[in-house]
Amino acid sequence: MSNETAEREVILSVRHVSISFDTGHKKKFVAVKDANFDIYKGETFALVGESGSGKTTLGRAILRINPCSEGEIIFEGKRISGNISREEDRNVVRNIQMIFQDPAASLNERATIEYCVSEGLYNFHLYESEADRIAKVDKALQDVGLLPEHKSRYPHEFSGGQRQRVGIARAMIMNPKFIVADEPISALDVSIRAQVLNLMNKLKAEKNLTYLFIAHDLSVVRFIADRIAVIHLGEIVEIADSETLFQVPLHPYTISLLSSVPMPDPIVERTRKHIDYDPSKLDQSGAKRELREIRPGHFVFATDSEFEGYEEKLRSMEQEAK
Amino acid sequence: MDETRNVIISAKDVEVKFRVRDKYLTAIRGVSLDLYEGETFAIVGESGSGKSVFTKTFTGMLESNGTISKGSVMFHGKDLTKLKTDKDWEGIRGAKISTIFQDPMTSLNPIRTIGSQITEVIEKHQGISKAEAKKQAIEMMERVGIANAADRFDEYPFQYSGGMRQRIVIAIALACHPEILICDEPTTALDVTIQAQIITLIRDLQKELGFTTLYITHDLGVVANVANRVGVMYGGQIIEYGTVEEVFFDPRHPYTWALLSSLPQLGIKGEELFYITGTPPSLFNEIKGDAFAPRNEHALKVDFVQEPPFFKVSDTHYAKTWLLDPRAPKLEKPEVIQDLHEKIKKMTDKGGAFHVE
Repeated sequence: MSNETAEREVILSVRHVSISFDTGHKKKFVAVKDANFDIYKGETFALVGESGSGKTTLGRAILRINPCSEGEIIFEGKRISGNISREEDRNVVRNIQMIFQDPAASLNERATIEYCVSEGLYNFHLYESEADRIAKVDKALQDVGLLPEHKSRYPHEFSGGQRQRVGIARAMIMNPKFIVADEPISALDVSIRAQVLNLMNKLKAEKNLTYLFIAHDLSVVRFIADRIAVIHLGEIVEIADSETLFQVPLHPYTISLLSSVPMPDPIVERTRKHIDYDPSKLDQSGAKRELREIRPGHFVFATDSEFEGYEEKLRSMEQEAK
Repeated sequence: MDETRNVIISAKDVEVKFRVRDKYLTAIRGVSLDLYEGETFAIVGESGSGKSVFTKTFTGMLESNGTISKGSVMFHGKDLTKLKTDKDWEGIRGAKISTIFQDPMTSLNPIRTIGSQITEVIEKHQGISKAEAKKQAIEMMERVGIANAADRFDEYPFQYSGGMRQRIVIAIALACHPEILICDEPTTALDVTIQAQIITLIRDLQKELGFTTLYITHDLGVVANVANRVGVMYGGQIIEYGTVEEVFFDPRHPYTWALLSSLPQLGIKGEELFYITGTPPSLFNEIKGDAFAPRNEHALKVDFVQEPPFFKVSDTHYAKTWLLDPRAPKLEKPEVIQDLHEKIKKMTDKGGAFHVE
């Protein structure tokens, strides 16, 4: 973990990105509004939000699947959004890979595992000979805890957890630098989730990867993420390192999310309060909201007056902690 | 809980088989369960453990290739396993025993109005006039928290959000004041903040209307919130059951230990999360001994040979594991889930990761 704020290398920057979709009417639907953050090399950056928050849209924009309508995305110092050369485009596809939510839906059910995993190699001719390709597939399967003899099987012959391993192997075989993992464990059973999370952590350490981990569940994210961004209706409302976000959540939406994580304890659950998010309690003056840095590395989406309120709250919490 | 409570439905030794191509799969391998009037019982288990299949025997909704090959389900003096046709089920399914399914979009008809889908149930089961049914339907919509119910009566499912749709499904299920409500993963397809609202809604309605709730879920957090009693299912059997406190704070079956230990809420950053190796057993083959044995690091020799019986832990708590046999070695539950309550309390108290004002 690179917790020193000093010189951390930025691998990917999302700069004031907005993404909108045509609706057929004059008015466009804006799925992501002015997202602005950096992801550092070697970290796991989590993007947490509910359905419709724009988290997946933003993830897909990084992979050049959704075009940005405003702003730009920089990867290793080069712009990768908008019009770029064909060569650059291939470079992005190779270096940024995706792990999908539902492994059953993302694997071609009529192709063998060998083909599924080799697909990227074929597309980019990343092998010298057949023997080399097979060696690479075997290695990728072993990396994710599957056996080389699984190559000839079909996706339906695997359990959910194994299928997700195939999905991960498919991404890893490209030797990517950056991985967008879109709810990689949401479709899996509790006991399998832990396996896949451990595997992702192991691969990250071994291959010096950077993850953008998209999720809706804060309890999972706490375990895996170094930093967390909370997104609500297309707007990033809070960014902080993982410990800080749990210790001193500031934005009321973050607090509401945190309060809805069910805890595995009947006594605690009986008295645990669920806090509904009520936007009408926010500053209604119409003042402009911005993502502002309230403490080094801790950003919150606020108007001037809200920011003062958060500052006051934070100060009193810090006082108390002393 | 007091012992004078009535058993409302009683399943005895239920076995369910499915014919898949030329083979038979035993999805439920002898499950017995008594539900008490007014309680909330939660069945937890992973996918394929049989939790949904088992409860489908309560409403006769097994897929057409499935049959109840053994056992009985007694409800008001009637053996539900003997009912065959839809006509036999009339007056029970949807009227006395209702089900809420996981995905509200698939339980609602997309091309009919919300209102007509609720009134249909009321008219069918109560045989009252259209106008009266509409009045009741609007009342029900208000009860499940739909604002401006009368105005939204003629809208279609796509005009409702996911949480609102699930509220409608609940309204339909409760329209005939059932005695038992089966909730099959009712919140799995919903967002976390909505999940909390739906759970609260079901609980409030239960208090008001007094039905018995049977929850099916894989989420132990939800179980802790809703249940009075819990049954853990694995490989087509209930392997442990007891009050929610007993199962969470004094679990006895190694599978229950494993399930609790792999919760991400208990994970410590930088360390490996606990996980269960291997995969659940194939139900096509006959299972010898304890179904969990091959994945169980604490498995005894006998676990591979002979199926364990239920051992009594307390009057309300039973577990199906040889570890409770007096001859078995004494084993502590894993470190992660020792002092579970203290750990979680620390997390939710001031200064803890899940503390909120």
